[in-house]
Amino acid sequence: MPKLGEIVEKVRSKNAGPFWITVDIFCGASDAFATVRDRLMTARVAALYATPEETLKRFDIPDLAVVKFSFPRPDPDRPRDMHGASYAAPLAEMELD
Amino acid sequence: MTRILIPSGALGLGFDRAALARGVANKPDLIAIDGGSTDSGPSYLGRGVSKYSRAATKAEWAELMAARAAAGVPLVIGTAGTCGAGDAVDWLTQITEDVLRETGTTARIAVLKSDQPAERLLRAQAAGRLRPLSPAWEVTPELLAECTNIVALAGAEQINAALATGADIVIAGRTTDTAIIAALPLSRGDHAGAAWHGAKIGECGALCATNPQTGVLQIDFDASGFTVTPLAEGSRATPHTVSAHMLYENADPFTLFEPGGHLHVSAARYTAVDDRRVRAEGAVWHPSDDYTVKLEGARITGYQTVLLALVRDARYVAHIDPWCTDIRHRCTAKAAARLGLAEGSFAIELRQIGQDATLGALETRSGNAAEIGVLGIVTAPTQDLADEIGKLLNPYLLHHPLTPEEEQPTFAFPFSPAEIPRGPDYAFCLNHLLVLDDPMAAFALTVRDVVHA
Repeated sequence: MPKLGEIVEKVRSKNAGPFWITVDIFCGASDAFATVRDRLMTARVAALYATPEETLKRFDIPDLAVVKFSFPRPDPDRPRDMHGASYAAPLAEMELD
Repeated sequence: MTRILIPSGALGLGFDRAALARGVANKPDLIAIDGGSTDSGPSYLGRGVSKYSRAATKAEWAELMAARAAAGVPLVIGTAGTCGAGDAVDWLTQITEDVLRETGTTARIAVLKSDQPAERLLRAQAAGRLRPLSPAWEVTPELLAECTNIVALAGAEQINAALATGADIVIAGRTTDTAIIAALPLSRGDHAGAAWHGAKIGECGALCATNPQTGVLQIDFDASGFTVTPLAEGSRATPHTVSAHMLYENADPFTLFEPGGHLHVSAARYTAVDDRRVRAEGAVWHPSDDYTVKLEGARITGYQTVLLALVRDARYVAHIDPWCTDIRHRCTAKAAARLGLAEGSFAIELRQIGQDATLGALETRSGNAAEIGVLGIVTAPTQDLADEIGKLLNPYLLHHPLTPEEEQPTFAFPFSPAEIPRGPDYAFCLNHLLVLDDPMAAFALTVRDVVHA
């Protein structure tokens, strides 16, 4: 199975205010977007970020060929990664089902 | 039509001078720049200080003040001094007065302060006018007492009040990133959805275009939409680069909450005017029933001393988890005994750089690291105690053996002394809205004319 980061243009993450992390998957080609939209299960992403599925926000944006996830920062009182840019890595390295 | 010139995403990041000159020649109605961000963490708000150097800030600010004088229009900075707390606003105001004096320039300065006394928030809470956002927790008097600074994010109303004084330069405390751009188009009757949408697109300067480091962006607002023009040579805005900017640092790419309402951009359409300019229309502004401003607060969680030890011995690298756990348990017990502290009143954390220091429990990779950096973080109620516990941790990080019977090992310290006092550690501690009857009720506006003949 390919890793997500191998079939899309870029996976990036960033803090969105002090209490949220947001992860953007830029799919590039439209077939990659369809693959990610259909095969990247929300439950797996929720488990990857140890966040309840009902708290994880998901946006499938065909116009931009982007799938976006947002979730509360797990460590707001003592952040390990202040700007949140490293949260992209485990998602990019995850194998698609 | 209202033309806003945005030199860059933040004062201190630099901008393309030729592009700024082009922007001034294009006769803008206002120059707007953001001075802050919560991105770099709570310490700046906690201490009321700027992230960027005074020298760099002064040099860039002086150039923008000269551009303002040349254009003959107001210059507005939001969230002055990174955090927009009163001390940081005063810091930039002093820099402004220094530049005016050194250049022999006369200007009217409006200073907008966003600081919130704890008593105001307690009264608001008692009146049911403090509303939690998600994630939420209760605001207690104890929590507010721990805050060293609390600010409210001003919106377009407060910026327009400052502009209405006839100010040449507006130095604002904490504002939303968008308010400084949206305010003038809104007051001149341009399309409200476009005003906020364009402001969100432009808040990071040319980050919504190619060659984003050039900074300088021009946005024209009118009765039905807005047009984005990056001004540096080789920088192009396309429907993709512009619409994709709605994703940036935004938990929800279609909805943006601001004082007085929220913006929906699902229906927005982006079209290329030519190969470097983009037109957008269709965003909708929904005014809210109540006027609310978001709050930010930073509290001291304790005082820290940190140590860094480098573990290069392959056997210790392979057993770094039990080694760190053993040290933490032993040192915690020793510190409690030697210093008469209750366990739980202080914390010793050992992060393993090279293994999972960045992501902690969320790390999914494992591998054979050549070495591990063990970052010891001591948090205690005072700096003296943190330093004391750091000195108790030092010999463990230097010499602790995996088993009692082996020869005493020694690990690498890159610094002498190994303990590095870090001062107070802060945390953001408010994620709430404050309801206001009058938008200016929680903000303080002062005006002064600085005259140099």
